[in-house]
Amino acid sequence: MAINRNFRTCPTTGLVFHEQGEKLIRWNAVAGVVSLLVGGVLALLVILTRWPAVHLLPADWFYLALTAHGLDMLVFWIIFFEIAVLYFCASTLLRCRIAAPRWAWTGFFLMVIGALTNNVAVFRGDSSVMFTSYAPMGAHPAFYLGLILFAVGALIGLFVFLGTLVVAKSEKTYIGSLPLVTFGAVTACIIAVFTIASGAIILIPTFLWSLGLVNSIDSLMYKTVWWAFGHSSQQINVAAHVSIWYLIAAIVFGAKPMSEKVSRGAFLLYIFFLQLASAHHLLADPGLTSNWKIFNTSYAMYLAVLASMVHGLTVPGAIEVAQRQKGYNKGLFEWLRKAPWGNPVFSGMFISLIGFGFLGGISGVMMGTEQLNLIIHNTIYVPGHFHATVVVGTTLAFMSLTYFLIPVLFRRELMFPGLSKWQPYLFGLGMSGFAVFMMGAGTLGVPRRHWDMTFAGNPLGHEFPGAAYLMMGLMALSGLVAIVGGVAYLLITVGSVFFGKKIETPDFKAVTVREGRAAWPARQPVAVAIASHGNIGLGGFVAPGTFTLAMVFLVAFVLYYFVNWKYLSTVWPLS
Amino acid sequence: MSIATPSPDLDDDDLDEPIPAMQQLLDNPFLLLFIGVAMPTVLYIIWGVMEIVGIPIAK
Repeated sequence: MAINRNFRTCPTTGLVFHEQGEKLIRWNAVAGVVSLLVGGVLALLVILTRWPAVHLLPADWFYLALTAHGLDMLVFWIIFFEIAVLYFCASTLLRCRIAAPRWAWTGFFLMVIGALTNNVAVFRGDSSVMFTSYAPMGAHPAFYLGLILFAVGALIGLFVFLGTLVVAKSEKTYIGSLPLVTFGAVTACIIAVFTIASGAIILIPTFLWSLGLVNSIDSLMYKTVWWAFGHSSQQINVAAHVSIWYLIAAIVFGAKPMSEKVSRGAFLLYIFFLQLASAHHLLADPGLTSNWKIFNTSYAMYLAVLASMVHGLTVPGAIEVAQRQKGYNKGLFEWLRKAPWGNPVFSGMFISLIGFGFLGGISGVMMGTEQLNLIIHNTIYVPGHFHATVVVGTTLAFMSLTYFLIPVLFRRELMFPGLSKWQPYLFGLGMSGFAVFMMGAGTLGVPRRHWDMTFAGNPLGHEFPGAAYLMMGLMALSGLVAIVGGVAYLLITVGSVFFGKKIETPDFKAVTVREGRAAWPARQPVAVAIASHGNIGLGGFVAPGTFTLAMVFLVAFVLYYFVNWKYLSTVWPLS
Repeated sequence: MSIATPSPDLDDDDLDEPIPAMQQLLDNPFLLLFIGVAMPTVLYIIWGVMEIVGIPIAK
């Protein structure tokens, strides 16, 4: 069969799209947004139930909605979009044809069938086992089968991505090392392979158990292996959205990483250590030793945290350098004040970066400390943390990228441009408040997942302080603001893709292997290298504003960490 | 064709200096894949499963 070598070049950005690659990126992104729509409707129902003043759904519907919300958001929306990002980073950024497009479509359809099967199982009403589906709590076999099919499809997508890298190298569509953004995508892919393999190790026997072919599943064994899937799946997000931060910094500002070596080194730390943080979900389980817990969280995890801090420093640092070189060189923060805050591609990405670091990052390190974890284990603090990382961090970064992709990939003008300027603020700030108030309520002991925090009618009730109810009310109000932001995103993206004005661009043309080869970059004169960054910055710092932000982050980090040790001493008196 | 300028027939062998070991590691996605799967498999899954299997069964 002839290989499809049809490419088109975007006249605005110069990005090169392979015909099959473009279709695959589009369809994976669309499937992701449909999952986001379903998950978003369910989010509204969950918020209105956990808001004590409203308490909308009965218990059985609440657990059903929460299960479907978790899966549609944490698995289907995120992984569909990530596969789209991987194909973009391999095919478009390397200007290469997609390897094995038939396999890529097979993977996509398996993912769609898996997502549908799993959703049907949940909406039948007999699989309200939450995202974690802890054994021995059993679901309908279709629940596990759907997840397995989805995972197999995603795994095929990952190998198509790796195959595309091989094709790009052999056809010399790039020279030297992979671009940093593609290297970040490789990191996401590697974590995803481990994640899916772990999922297979535990979900296949659980599926057989649900069919009655296996007698029992050990609950601690299930939890341990399942979290290698459940938490690592969120680490794919981290690598993917960090890559998108670098991508958007380059798109909006033409920013280059302050040090590619340091950034690549940070991604390498992710590859080595990020998945080990899964252990923090088992810090309160007695069956595992402190050696295992502390090595995997308080040693290895800190190296992954170090990597996140490097990215959190180098991305704004690169933007600062680019802005200062354009002349925004006054004081500490002119570069930031004069940034395009009305451009949702930038504003969403920057809120994602700040929210991920300050809210998700700091709370994650606190939770990963064995002793401190006892304060908040299984409280609503935990979803507070992961809404800061996965929703403010990942989802908002994905949303920002969408605004770039609609004209470039879908070749449509953006509808509702005024609303699109506000959307990242509504969603990002609403969701940040949502996460903060969840963490506040969790610190006061409000449990996660529980249908009714008043424990009405229970023989062993518990009365939470009034502040806990206040936190839950504020959480719900912030969540509603975020929902409005989410609706705005869906309105803009779906409206633009289906009804937006078409942008006429040159169509696909066949390109031979020789024509597709990358050009060798021109050597920079020595004088350019010596003079670069020479006239910008303040007090000897090239990026003093970013350095100041990093110091503010460090102080916030240290204070929050020690406040929690102080808090631990009050809730756990030893005398 | 405007898509790209064909490169001169240069190859990696034409580079003046040898590629450092660290860069060779970073440029090899399949070696990174092996390390990235092997490390958490050993340190998290195998070590964790061995600890669970070692828990004495109640009599």
